[in-house]
Amino acid sequence: MPRAHLALIAALLAAVAVSIFSDKIDPYFLDVLTSIGINIILAVSLNLVNGHTGQFSLGHAGFMSIGAYLSGCVTVFLGPKLFGDAGGTALTQNVLFFFALLAGGLSAALAGLVVGIPSLRLKGDYLALVTLGFGEIIRVVFQNIDAVGGALGFIGLPPYTNFAWTYGAVALTVFVVVCLVNSTYGRGFLATHDDEIASEAIGLNTTRYKITAFVVAAFFAGIAGGLYGHYKLSIDPRGFDFMRSIEIVVMVILGGMGNTVGVILAAILLTLLPEGLRSAADLTGLQQLRSLSEYRMLIYSFLLIVLMLARPQGLFNFRFGKARV
Amino acid sequence: MTEFLQQLLNGLSLGAIYALIALGYTMVYGVLRFINFAHSDVFMVGAFVGYFVGQHLPHSTVWGSLVILATAMLACALLGMLIERLAYRRLRGAPTLNVLITAIGVSLLLESTGQAVFGAEPRTFPGVFPVKNLTLGPLVISSSQLLVIGVAAALLVALQFIVFRTRIGTAMRAVSLNPKAAQLVGINNDRVISFTFALGSALAGAGGVLYALNYPSIDPLMGVMPGLKAFVAAILGGIGNIPGAALGGLILGTVETFVSGSQFSTYKDAIAFGVLILILLFRPAGLLGKFTVEKV
Amino acid sequence: MTSRLLNILVFPALFAVAALAAHAADTAIKIGEYASLTGKEAAFGQSSHKGTLLAIEELNDAGGVLGRKLDLLTEDDQSKPGESSTAVRKLIARDKVVAILGEVASSRSLEAAPVCQAARIPMISPSSTNPKVTDTGSYIFRVCFIDPFQGTVLAKFAKDTLHARHVAVLTSVSSAYSVGLAKFFKDRFTADGGQIVSDLKYSEGDKDFHAQLTAIKAAGVEAIFVPGYYTEAALICKQAHELGILGVPIFGGDGWEAPELVQIGGADVEGCYYSTHYSPQIPTPAVQAFVKKFQARFDGQTPDAMAALGYDSAMVLADAIKRAASTDGRKIRDALAATKNFPGVTGQTTIDAHRNATKGAVIITVKDGQFNFLQTVEP
Repeated sequence: MPRAHLALIAALLAAVAVSIFSDKIDPYFLDVLTSIGINIILAVSLNLVNGHTGQFSLGHAGFMSIGAYLSGCVTVFLGPKLFGDAGGTALTQNVLFFFALLAGGLSAALAGLVVGIPSLRLKGDYLALVTLGFGEIIRVVFQNIDAVGGALGFIGLPPYTNFAWTYGAVALTVFVVVCLVNSTYGRGFLATHDDEIASEAIGLNTTRYKITAFVVAAFFAGIAGGLYGHYKLSIDPRGFDFMRSIEIVVMVILGGMGNTVGVILAAILLTLLPEGLRSAADLTGLQQLRSLSEYRMLIYSFLLIVLMLARPQGLFNFRFGKARV
Repeated sequence: MTEFLQQLLNGLSLGAIYALIALGYTMVYGVLRFINFAHSDVFMVGAFVGYFVGQHLPHSTVWGSLVILATAMLACALLGMLIERLAYRRLRGAPTLNVLITAIGVSLLLESTGQAVFGAEPRTFPGVFPVKNLTLGPLVISSSQLLVIGVAAALLVALQFIVFRTRIGTAMRAVSLNPKAAQLVGINNDRVISFTFALGSALAGAGGVLYALNYPSIDPLMGVMPGLKAFVAAILGGIGNIPGAALGGLILGTVETFVSGSQFSTYKDAIAFGVLILILLFRPAGLLGKFTVEKV
Repeated sequence: MTSRLLNILVFPALFAVAALAAHAADTAIKIGEYASLTGKEAAFGQSSHKGTLLAIEELNDAGGVLGRKLDLLTEDDQSKPGESSTAVRKLIARDKVVAILGEVASSRSLEAAPVCQAARIPMISPSSTNPKVTDTGSYIFRVCFIDPFQGTVLAKFAKDTLHARHVAVLTSVSSAYSVGLAKFFKDRFTADGGQIVSDLKYSEGDKDFHAQLTAIKAAGVEAIFVPGYYTEAALICKQAHELGILGVPIFGGDGWEAPELVQIGGADVEGCYYSTHYSPQIPTPAVQAFVKKFQARFDGQTPDAMAALGYDSAMVLADAIKRAASTDGRKIRDALAATKNFPGVTGQTTIDAHRNATKGAVIITVKDGQFNFLQTVEP
């Protein structure tokens, strides 16, 4: 069996094992780990589009919200119909959650297809704006659907997300993205990134690669959304706006576009930063540190500019020689 | 009929503001071929500069508003030049993705600095311009709306003059056509680009003050939505094309106004983006733009 | 490489030390509070926080509750979605609070309520009026009235006091509070025979309402109902007058109450009405004593409804802890549910079967830049 497959199975087993002992772990710590896991999925999937394929998508949070809403619909509307109001046993709950996540991912992927096909013909700047606009349209649409709560947001999602599901999904996402990019087919992504015109000239269908990257990324964003919804137990349509997309973009850029390990590290760092500052504030009693976490965006934006000017390959890119952006 | 005409008037006034901001986007794109995401935040800075200056000026005077306008335009022109010098100049020739990301970084930096320094709660802009409601038959137009339309029109005419009848304007057009050739004929690209940024940012600053005079509640994130919509307007009219930006702004403002006044008012934000997607799908060059073939 | 090391070593160390530090202050009763201290609705959050703080300080000066001091731990949710649930999770899991106070806005209360419910920690919202908040579960309470009541009060006000049969409604479609209040108003108003001639929408953060107001003007209305927040309400009043909509009363709900309403609206909000939970001008001794205490503590600021409700939420909680004679979540919850005729600043507070408070509403009008008490409406 190829090494990557073995690694995946090992990771899945480890995730389940930790989950069984999760009552021994401090719940707040567990929460932070769940947030980290969700952010890793988002960052690694966006990296496929922004990093490996070189397209600039600013609407990742929109796909996340589709995943959150659709998976919520499955568990909140279909669950009671199939298993009664009590929710069924742990087994049926987990099976339901699996299908809910799948539904979320597939619907997000479908949305990715719908958005991608017309817009991936466009150049960098335009694509960024279309994806941003799409994110906003999604928000407005969900705000107006009363069946999923409208402006109130979708409430009443059951708390199905746990360590196993989160890190199982993380393992799967990393596995898929890394294997995809390192395969023969995957060379197409890198070629599209390096020089679209040359790639077209040698007969590569760059549009097809771009759309594939987009759809796969959207699928995992949808899964992340499903996990997020069943972790926060309620979804506010305003929580998936442009700012959220930017936060994910910052993780990708910080980690080094196209560098999976770097992106994972960046996701961990940026999730821990506000929590770490909160803890440090409690610890030292210095309230200024707490307000520092409010200046998160200020720090991120400054980082972005400095990175682009001085180290465009990202913080965690340790390749020597000419930077590969 | 009255309602239709009144909505048209409302749309013109809203559209004039979008047009002012769109002009800045289009000019920078024309010269540097990238979208200056930070433009909408320069707009916000203009409003805040006007806010602080306005605290020291008497209410309801015409000259007071002109002072605020001039100060804001000057401050924003300087800010624009500063941003170009520090953030964008070094990235000339870098992949567009990097420049785009830097632009987003600058935009976020301005927004978060604004939030850190001014706080995120909205502030009330001082009523420096005399507010009077004028009636033309059954139609009502406020003096601030007239001011917006008047100033926007004046600035548009001034811009056309600068771009087409002055030396620096010709230099700008040369750089936008072919930067290398422009250098060959002796144009100082750096200076021209700085000037373009200054001009575009001054217009954004004017837009900010006019916006604040009309809707006297300002906050550090006030530029995000108008900026996005102005950007759509610039694309609608043909990015890089100055009359196109103005036309795009007016059209978008009017469409949005009519949608807001109808039963679909809840989708009005989605309209701008819907327009963007339609335009990019069917006529990416915009209404007045020319489709350029990319030569390799 | 360095960052990896940092993450592996320093972070768990920080956690460990923080946990130790937390164990140090053990005798105080810990009460968690989450509020919008910064951000778009900072005015509300700051106000309710001050009221809560005043109550906690007053209780501590009188010896605390059950012989122990109260320790108020406040987290800021920055008026942003997604932050409230994180803040509350931290308060419950790390700080081990016995109860949670918050939030002012219904959407943020709705976000945090499931967390409190799942953890069996009682939560009291000072002023969230959307009915779904307490529907979340048996551990979620509020000390204010709910929007079905507020909507009814305003519908009756429109019909009986404003004598308006044709009303326009301008709803903020991005705010749960606005959508809910609009619905209840419309239901009651049309049931009483009134007509909604225009039902238009806007989004929070919008600045231009000329389009909607022009359509409203053309429809010919006798009053305009704006169930949103103060910034947009003020701009709407301003632009209505600019468009020549004169002599048409504009009214709203408790989201209007903030000094910014007058700051932004100026002369254009004169003569407008809104409903809220209390007024500092009510002549009862309880209200006046509270107003004086608040002014003494906070530089002469007069407490608004959010401050009064923040104060009451803390007082009701303390009373429940006393009656429960314990800090066990379940016992506090049961004591809260049994609260009857508690003398609050905002009126006699009785918690009903749905964990809401049956309270009267107050109609305020704006006169000479001040919020003037007009009338009380009992349920």
